[in-house]
Amino acid sequence: MIKLFRYLKHYKLQSILGPLFKLTEACFELIVPIVMAKIIDVGIASEDSSYVLKMGGVLVLLGVLGLAASLTAQFFAAKASLGFGTELRRDLFRHIGTFSHKEIDRVGSSTLVTRMTVDINQAQTGINMLLRLFLRSPFIVIGAIIMAFTISVKLTLIFLIASPLLALMIFLVMKLTVPMFKRIQKRLDKTTLMVGENLSGVRVIRAFSRQKDEEKQFKENADELLDLQIKAGRISALTNPCTYLIVYAAIIVIIWFGGVNVNIGGITQGELIALISYMNQILLALLAVALLVTSLTRAQASSARINEVFEIKPSITDEGNTTVEPDETAPAVCFENVSFSYHDNEEYALKDISFTAAKGETVGIIGGTGCGKSTLVSLIPRFYECSSGSVKVKGSSVKIYPFDQLRGLIGYVPQKAELFRGTIRDNMRYRKRDATDEEITEALDIAQALSFVSEKPDGLDTVLVSGGKNLSGGQRQRLTVARALVGRPEILILDDSASALDLATDAALRKAIAAKTEGMTVFIVSQRVSSIRYADKILVLDDGVLAGIGTHEELLQGCELYSEICQSQQYTDGKGAAQ
Amino acid sequence: MKQKNPSVLKPLMRYVKPHMGLLFVSLIFAVISVAATLYAPILVGDAVDLIVTKDNVDFDGVRAVLIKLGITVAITAAAQWLMSLCTNKVTYYAVRDLRNDAFSNLQKLPLSYIDGTKQGDMISRLVSDIENVSDGLLMGFAQLFTGLVTIVGTLGFMLSINVRITLVVVFITPLSLFVARFISRNTFRLFKRQTEARGELTALAEEMVGSAKTIKAFSYQQEAEKRFEEDNQKLRSVWVRAVFFSSLTNPCTRFINGLVYTFTGIVGAFTAIGGGFTVGQLSCFLTYANQYTKPFNEISGVITELQSALAAAGRVLDVINEPCEKPDADDAYVLEAPDGTLRAENVRFSYVPEVPLIEDFSLDVKSGQHIAIVGPTGCGKTTFINLLMRFYDVTGGQIIVSGKPINECTRSSLRSSYGMVLQDTWLKTGTIKENIAYAKPDATMDEIVAAAKSAHCHSFIKRLSDGYDTVITEDGGSLSAGQKQLLCIARVMLSLPPMLILDEATSSIDTRTEILIQRAFTKMMQGRTSFIIAHRLSTIRDADCIIVMRSGHIVEQGTHDQLMTAGGFYASLYNSQFES
Repeated sequence: MIKLFRYLKHYKLQSILGPLFKLTEACFELIVPIVMAKIIDVGIASEDSSYVLKMGGVLVLLGVLGLAASLTAQFFAAKASLGFGTELRRDLFRHIGTFSHKEIDRVGSSTLVTRMTVDINQAQTGINMLLRLFLRSPFIVIGAIIMAFTISVKLTLIFLIASPLLALMIFLVMKLTVPMFKRIQKRLDKTTLMVGENLSGVRVIRAFSRQKDEEKQFKENADELLDLQIKAGRISALTNPCTYLIVYAAIIVIIWFGGVNVNIGGITQGELIALISYMNQILLALLAVALLVTSLTRAQASSARINEVFEIKPSITDEGNTTVEPDETAPAVCFENVSFSYHDNEEYALKDISFTAAKGETVGIIGGTGCGKSTLVSLIPRFYECSSGSVKVKGSSVKIYPFDQLRGLIGYVPQKAELFRGTIRDNMRYRKRDATDEEITEALDIAQALSFVSEKPDGLDTVLVSGGKNLSGGQRQRLTVARALVGRPEILILDDSASALDLATDAALRKAIAAKTEGMTVFIVSQRVSSIRYADKILVLDDGVLAGIGTHEELLQGCELYSEICQSQQYTDGKGAAQ
Repeated sequence: MKQKNPSVLKPLMRYVKPHMGLLFVSLIFAVISVAATLYAPILVGDAVDLIVTKDNVDFDGVRAVLIKLGITVAITAAAQWLMSLCTNKVTYYAVRDLRNDAFSNLQKLPLSYIDGTKQGDMISRLVSDIENVSDGLLMGFAQLFTGLVTIVGTLGFMLSINVRITLVVVFITPLSLFVARFISRNTFRLFKRQTEARGELTALAEEMVGSAKTIKAFSYQQEAEKRFEEDNQKLRSVWVRAVFFSSLTNPCTRFINGLVYTFTGIVGAFTAIGGGFTVGQLSCFLTYANQYTKPFNEISGVITELQSALAAAGRVLDVINEPCEKPDADDAYVLEAPDGTLRAENVRFSYVPEVPLIEDFSLDVKSGQHIAIVGPTGCGKTTFINLLMRFYDVTGGQIIVSGKPINECTRSSLRSSYGMVLQDTWLKTGTIKENIAYAKPDATMDEIVAAAKSAHCHSFIKRLSDGYDTVITEDGGSLSAGQKQLLCIARVMLSLPPMLILDEATSSIDTRTEILIQRAFTKMMQGRTSFIIAHRLSTIRDADCIIVMRSGHIVEQGTHDQLMTAGGFYASLYNSQFES
């Protein structure tokens, strides 16, 4: 958590003033018993009502000042903690933005989202608590001890023994219960998993009539959860009674030795009452700490997770790259002996790949899952860095391009059809921020999406919900194709982007791309022979190795794997009989 | 349905009932602990009264009082602990039973209900809502009870000492309640706006970070940062106010407490001067003044918690009270070794009455025939499976398996007559062994290996670090889509029922695995009545009957040649495959 304190630096004033005002409030609160003691010792003893009233006035004044101080403290704490959260959120967002695909793969984007949201909120609440409440309790404890000291040095000894004892007790309970609560959380997570699994697998479970067994397993988990909860509850239920016991033991000792002291004229009756009040104040302050510690531990854990993300450094940057003068005569894309592995020193996902794609050519890439098709095309926009060899776009290595320029040349359609909240028009402007409706319509037309978009009552203004979930899978996929086409990229990459389309739409899409995107270099990654059959060049990948390269006809003759794939898909060219 | 709250509390009591005795004991302990807590300040006051001035201390008296105090404190602590133990026990047991009931009802709910519920919603009902019930309702109840007892007890004790000062305390205290109420009412609006703003920001972060790869592909990072920062700042200003105003409650009520304390002190001092009051009693009153206001502050918090817990309990009970699937009739027929024939007679079906999907559908399947179901994505092919497996019941007509109308058979015997492999591969968290043996948990290792071998997954399982004991994590984890599907096939292979429902993969399966899957399918289908959601031309052409579906409806039905000659939807679908 301390590492994140740097985000308070713009709120130094507030972070210092907040606790300071809290301290002031605590001081006021600590003066109260002394004043009360005066009322008893002076006012009542000498039956002086005006003195009682005067001191009463002092008490009210202390209360008002305390209120003012505490409100100021709350205000500063709110300002500082929210400032902290806001800046942290912005920086973390920016930091995540610098990650390359490698880092995103490693951490996982859902984890990153949790860090961005839940964890930052926890840390922010933690800071707020820390500034507002946490410092108050030690103030009160220390202050109460000091005040006791001014009354009687000897009797303060009791405070000095009781306070560490209380702290030790709270610490022990925490130490015992925190791991138990973690295990409880794990069981709860398992409950979540089981419910989710049962819902998604409901058909299979019922098909096999396994409902009873699922119930049994769930109950076993529930029993274990119960067991843990009762055990942890037994210990954590000790906190309050133990604190109470220790404090009252101290009060008994104070009364006894206080009595001895009063008897010899050391302290007065009113001062004895003040000492008892101080002990009671310590009791209340410590009970508050016990409550706070839980949320602070949580904030601590969140901070650690946030720091983990900050410690990840992007493995690919475009720092220092300046705009490249593209060579229009060079091939659009050129791979020279490219090898790549996802993790260093691991098996290569791609091995020694070389090929060129001239401007305007269509390149099909086929092969089994995990053979490296997607990996290959994701090297072109430099999502990953090749381990050896070089990837060139328009004559220059992708490494010397600024990201914006390189990716600006490319229209990329990812496997997963991800759309964003906003209108269809907003979504169509991701590649080209200022695209006109004509440009968008043209792209939609090529992507076979124009008909369903224009059937929508709001057309381009149709609002998509998160992830575009108000569209069917096929519609989403066609929109992602259109999105990549807006502004006519020079290189179009379709990474298995037709999987949710039925065969007819898939065919129409390919036809339109071929007809209407003259001069565009197109990469089509697919599992289906029919999708890449008419490409100018087909790359056949087998386990990261280029098993063949050529046209459909050439490969049918010369590439065993390719003809095997054609056979398995019963691909017959549409003319002859089944093979 | 009729009234909201009683309908929640009453069924909820059912879960507490078995522990009524314990609950009662816990209430007794609560009363004891409160009484003892309140008695302690009186004893402290008594002791202080015996310690007056120099040479005026009654040590014998003090000793006697302190011994009493010691015993009281010990009783308090013990009662507090025992009370917590009892409430914990009642709470955790009740909550476990509640959760188990909800889960077991989930197993019996009709598919239509489950299909219509969002998974996340159901999870939050069974997990966080139930936690809410335990924290808010049951624990809250204990807190509420002790709070009330404390208030009543304090009042009683104070009245027994001095009526006038008691009145002072009684009249000022509710002030803090008013202040708290005032603040929370005014912050509620702010909190709502803050929740909205936070939701907005979370959604944006989820999108922009969750889809980081797409963002990168379009160099959209800077734009995203700009949008994020805008929302971030908007949230900040709302949030600061919400946090500040809500944090006012504590200092304000503390201020009121201070006032109560002061007035008690002043009035007490005057009374003491008048002689109607000892100093010890005053000190006792001062402690009470602090104690009396505390439960008031707590109760206002507990009540909000209770409300949200009641709402949560309502959501959980909704799941429990949701009507289950109609249970099998007592005399339901148990399908044994069905002969593989199936007849659909004038079947009608619709998910919602207004949109009839299947009307007057008839089909006669002989044993061992293969039926292909084809159509574009999203045409409702799963509807067909839903009816065959009786996940949904037909709205008209009937389906007859092996000469028996399926509505008259037990569901489990009907369902176990089919081997089902869906494209949406579902595996359970657990070992591979457990997954293959899912249909037959007592299968021997030999049977499992045999099934795995015939589904062509033995070789890749062997290559995994723990072989058959490899644990499959959430949603298959490290296995490829194809491997998962092979495991699902192995699961069916183990028992291999006389009828099959198969879903051919469209994509994301590599060619070699697909060949394996195809071989496994072919092997299974031999001599078995099979319904195949088909994507492969060979499967379709070789089928004995093709059912063509389009937007939920069955539009055509016949053999390949018949349908091609008819030149309808199927023909155009078939031809489109070869356009380029």
